[in-house]
Amino acid sequence: MKPLLACSLALAISCAPLAAGADGFEVRVLAPGVYAHEGVVVMPGQRASDNIANLGFVVGEKGVAVIDTGGSVATGRRLLAAVRDVTDKPILYVVNTHEHPDHVFGDAAFEGLGAVFVGHRNLPRSLAAREPFYRKAYRKFLGDALMDEVRFVTPTLLVEDESELDLGGRKLRLRAWPVAHTDCDLTIYDPESRILFAGDLVFAGHVPVLDGSLKGWLKALDGLAAIPAERVVPGHGPLGAPWPAALEAERGYLTHLAGDVRAFVHRGADIGEAAKSAGVEERGNWQLFDDYNPRNATAAFAEFEWE
Amino acid sequence: MKFSRRTGLVAAAMSLAMGGALAAEAAPPDEFWPGLKRDFFENREIVESADFVALDAPQKAEDAALVPMKIVIHTPQGDSRRVVKMSLLIDENPIPMAGVFTLGEKAEVVQIATRVRVNADTFVHLVAQLSDGSLVESKRYVRAAGGCSAPSAKGLDDPSRSLGALKFRMLPDIVHGHREAVVMIQHPNFTGMQRDETTHDYTPARYVDHFAVYQGEDLVFSVDGGISISEDPNFRFAFAADEGRTLKVEAGDIAGGKFGYSWPIAGGGG
Repeated sequence: MKPLLACSLALAISCAPLAAGADGFEVRVLAPGVYAHEGVVVMPGQRASDNIANLGFVVGEKGVAVIDTGGSVATGRRLLAAVRDVTDKPILYVVNTHEHPDHVFGDAAFEGLGAVFVGHRNLPRSLAAREPFYRKAYRKFLGDALMDEVRFVTPTLLVEDESELDLGGRKLRLRAWPVAHTDCDLTIYDPESRILFAGDLVFAGHVPVLDGSLKGWLKALDGLAAIPAERVVPGHGPLGAPWPAALEAERGYLTHLAGDVRAFVHRGADIGEAAKSAGVEERGNWQLFDDYNPRNATAAFAEFEWE
Repeated sequence: MKFSRRTGLVAAAMSLAMGGALAAEAAPPDEFWPGLKRDFFENREIVESADFVALDAPQKAEDAALVPMKIVIHTPQGDSRRVVKMSLLIDENPIPMAGVFTLGEKAEVVQIATRVRVNADTFVHLVAQLSDGSLVESKRYVRAAGGCSAPSAKGLDDPSRSLGALKFRMLPDIVHGHREAVVMIQHPNFTGMQRDETTHDYTPARYVDHFAVYQGEDLVFSVDGGISISEDPNFRFAFAADEGRTLKVEAGDIAGGKFGYSWPIAGGGG
């Protein structure tokens, strides 16, 4: 099946043609050859929590690059089925934007297909460090049936700084970022469609989650904004929002959080006080705010104490 | 024996009366504790009591890598005993003993806070040894962090970090009549389970195993710890500060690293 139509810029969200809808797993055509799936905004352990992250794939003349694989092998298989609904071309690359389970637990669905797994230079280290913990913790969230299938696939093509993936007539630009959301954030930019797959460096609707460095993340925002994309697929939240305007809500949250946490550190407050109160004026702007904001404030406090 | 059983029953009755569904759900049987009590305390009697020490911990770990623990230390009026040592145990962690705190005789430490890694829903026990050798404890149940939070190091690549850098700061707060201060050390506190992808070897554990704070030559407190203490070990404490003296830190890690510094207390650190 060929893509039905490409969305015009203005209609990016509303026209939403489905490339695949089997199993309720929807993949939208954002531009010719550019597809993405929007995850649900829930906490791990809640209903459908193996389907949290946004996923995508890009089709060139020679083959396909898959971008993140979902929170279970079952989700990965649905994504694979969506690819197969669109094209029979080989899957050349599976790119993971970072190490979090909602983005990588589907990797095993793409093993044995000849695809090269691609990640940030720090991704292998981070996967290895966290695997035993994630295996145990996510068994509780996902249950035995989904968890038993999960296998961590170590990427063999590592991005040090910047790199290109040639899909035939289309070259994706990969960029490995210094510590920000995590210490292994990777973005994928398709110059042809001017669509940016930002991974979790960009959150929309879903409150940003800090697992790296708040200072680093704030610093990365300007570099991200300079990418000449027209639209973005964030790691979480609506697909295809205009770029770089889609970055501003996140910038507001991170800036607000940083300002509050700095003030708490400066006046000698303790970390628990910061966890309760820093950033709370942003509450109305975000989903899952109370689930993640105290954690973000906790991590930021420990970081800013060294300033 | 009879006494501690009865105390247990009273505690159970109180938690039923006050607790509601959350407390009932949050307090499963403390299954690892009998083994830990045997291994670390030779099955000696440990009285659960609000006298001498009180452990404060969040009900939910927000960030598995950084779970704040606060210990309030006090002596009931008319009791001549004092707290000599305190052991902090996180039952469910791979290495449950997070640290043994030794309190200096003259420092009058009334509160110590630090941060620990928490791997799963767990009881946390703080067992204090008094000057007459008896043991008392305060415990908390902590639910694990949700989401992608993991109890591992985050700052491995930050070029601004340097192993063993120390920081001291006097804080404005007065806690139980004493000034508060914080000391911290930059150290990844590697758990030793990270695999090096270049050599395919597992990175050996490297963590701070000894951290001592002195006022002049007098011990304020020391911690002999392990990998359950968070990256960049951080200790916030209230003590009988003397502005005419210096605060000195001496620390070491299991790879033989030695770290130390001293500051005039009057300068307040920074």
